[in-house]
Amino acid sequence: MRLASAVMLALAAPLLTSCATPPRDYRPDALAMMKRDFHARGIAGMDRLNEDAVQAACNKAQDNPPEEIAARLQKEQLAAIKWPAEGKLLGDWKSGERIAQNGRGMMWSDKGGEGGSCYNCHQIGPRESSFGSVGPSLYQFAKLRGYGADIQRYAYGKIYNAKAYNLCSQMPRFGHAGALTEEQMKDLTALLMDPASPVNQ
Amino acid sequence: MAEPMKIRATLQGDVADVRVLMAHPMETGQRKDEAGKIVPLHFIQSITAQLNGKTVFSADVSQAVSRNPVFAFKVKGAKAGDKLSITWQDNHGDKRTDEIVIRAGS
Amino acid sequence: MKRALMLGMVAAIAATAPWLPAAAQTPDPTAAEFDKFREIMEQDNPAELFEVKGEEQWRARRGPSNVSLEQCDLGLGPGVVKGAYAQMPRYFADADRVMDAEARIVHCMITLQGFTYAELAKQPFSSLTRTPEPVSLVTYVAAQSRGMKLAAPQDHPKERATYETGKAMFFYRAGAFDFSCASCHGTDDKRIRTQPLPNFTKPEQAIRAVQGWPGYRMTGGVMHSLQWRLNDCFRQQRFPEPGYASETVSALLTYLTVNANGQVYRGPGIKR
Repeated sequence: MRLASAVMLALAAPLLTSCATPPRDYRPDALAMMKRDFHARGIAGMDRLNEDAVQAACNKAQDNPPEEIAARLQKEQLAAIKWPAEGKLLGDWKSGERIAQNGRGMMWSDKGGEGGSCYNCHQIGPRESSFGSVGPSLYQFAKLRGYGADIQRYAYGKIYNAKAYNLCSQMPRFGHAGALTEEQMKDLTALLMDPASPVNQ
Repeated sequence: MAEPMKIRATLQGDVADVRVLMAHPMETGQRKDEAGKIVPLHFIQSITAQLNGKTVFSADVSQAVSRNPVFAFKVKGAKAGDKLSITWQDNHGDKRTDEIVIRAGS
Repeated sequence: MKRALMLGMVAAIAATAPWLPAAAQTPDPTAAEFDKFREIMEQDNPAELFEVKGEEQWRARRGPSNVSLEQCDLGLGPGVVKGAYAQMPRYFADADRVMDAEARIVHCMITLQGFTYAELAKQPFSSLTRTPEPVSLVTYVAAQSRGMKLAAPQDHPKERATYETGKAMFFYRAGAFDFSCASCHGTDDKRIRTQPLPNFTKPEQAIRAVQGWPGYRMTGGVMHSLQWRLNDCFRQQRFPEPGYASETVSALLTYLTVNANGQVYRGPGIKR
């Protein structure tokens, strides 16, 4: 009797799910339309519409990819990070604050990279009240986590390529995309990690 | 050249609450255009309001007032059917007059 | 005078809001204050000046064909302007595509008045010294749907397909910063600097994608429509540029408007 009910349920299941068929995948239509309708402008070329491996994995899985795929791609992204020579990751935090405040760079209205747009998404220093909330607060970053070399490395690495630590993070890959120079990323790392930075007071 | 104004008057008893929306670039003479050239001074210099042909308000205006400004004032002794006219004049000699009939009720 | 009022209000808010640098403190009272400020500013919105201008342009004989736009069909029949904006984007058989209001106005300017797409797309957005005709026209058309419930149709198969295509675009991450529309507009209670980012995937917040547009921007005193807004979004997303009045823009506007369907459109708005 139990087997019969199990078979009945197994047969019924596809009928139940087919009552509400989800729409087919419209991503190919979307991409074809965008490729037809967009045009390059300034430094923003049409190649920017192409998904790379990370974007494709996140797009296919609505930012929730299977563990194995995430682990593999994160490892690849981490391996591609270019670290500063001699492990010196701290620059000038005063310059870092200016870079964090600057929201320009990489748009078709720009000439190349410029700022980090950090305050667009994050609370950072104690004196800036115009901060966004797309990302977590970075106030007291090192004070709360420690000032060691491992945290420095995490901060620099995250700025260079946030996806190396969380594949579908909404944070841009500033170093990977060429949006910030090594010196700029060291300055931002100092903003977060320098004991003298206002962030850690 | 001079664009129409939008005049609104709401009566509360015998007081008309008047709000005028004026279309004017109100250039301060300090702004630079996309080519880097100074945009010349161009602003409303005077505003007058007349109720049934009698001047009830007269103002000298400076270039500090913003583009497409709103001008609000109250007039006592107004009633439904009254003609309210507003005139502005700018530093180019351009002039604009618009008129409404005040209606009863809010 | 407006500028002084705005500065006064910003000063008042800065003086009263507690800017404690505690972790993840969201200044909710400020968002409410800005909403109140916007309501006050909406009472004498310079957008009304563009509504008047747009109506003049609608009725004027223009272009090489020297005809008015009074025979333009915005979906409710030739010349029917009242209520049309609230029922767009929609499918148009004569163009065989879904069009938002501005795309449809551009289409009418081309087919009825003899303008070319090239000349209308050359400089389609307002500057300090110039407001393109389609911008005033769409402001006039939008104002004629003031107070009506949004009802972008999903009857025609192409209208439904366009919704799904727009949705796929909304979630498409690409570009130098890996941004999709959803990166900013797909989660609740986020803001960029102090600007709230409504979650457009939810109906009660999707209205904020439609309400207020076309909008008079106090910064610069310019009139902007949704064509401008989406263009500027893609610029900030570090994407290349979408074509003016293209199907891509209509698709995204279809997704946003349908999500907001059923809610009242209060007409052209005013922005910071």
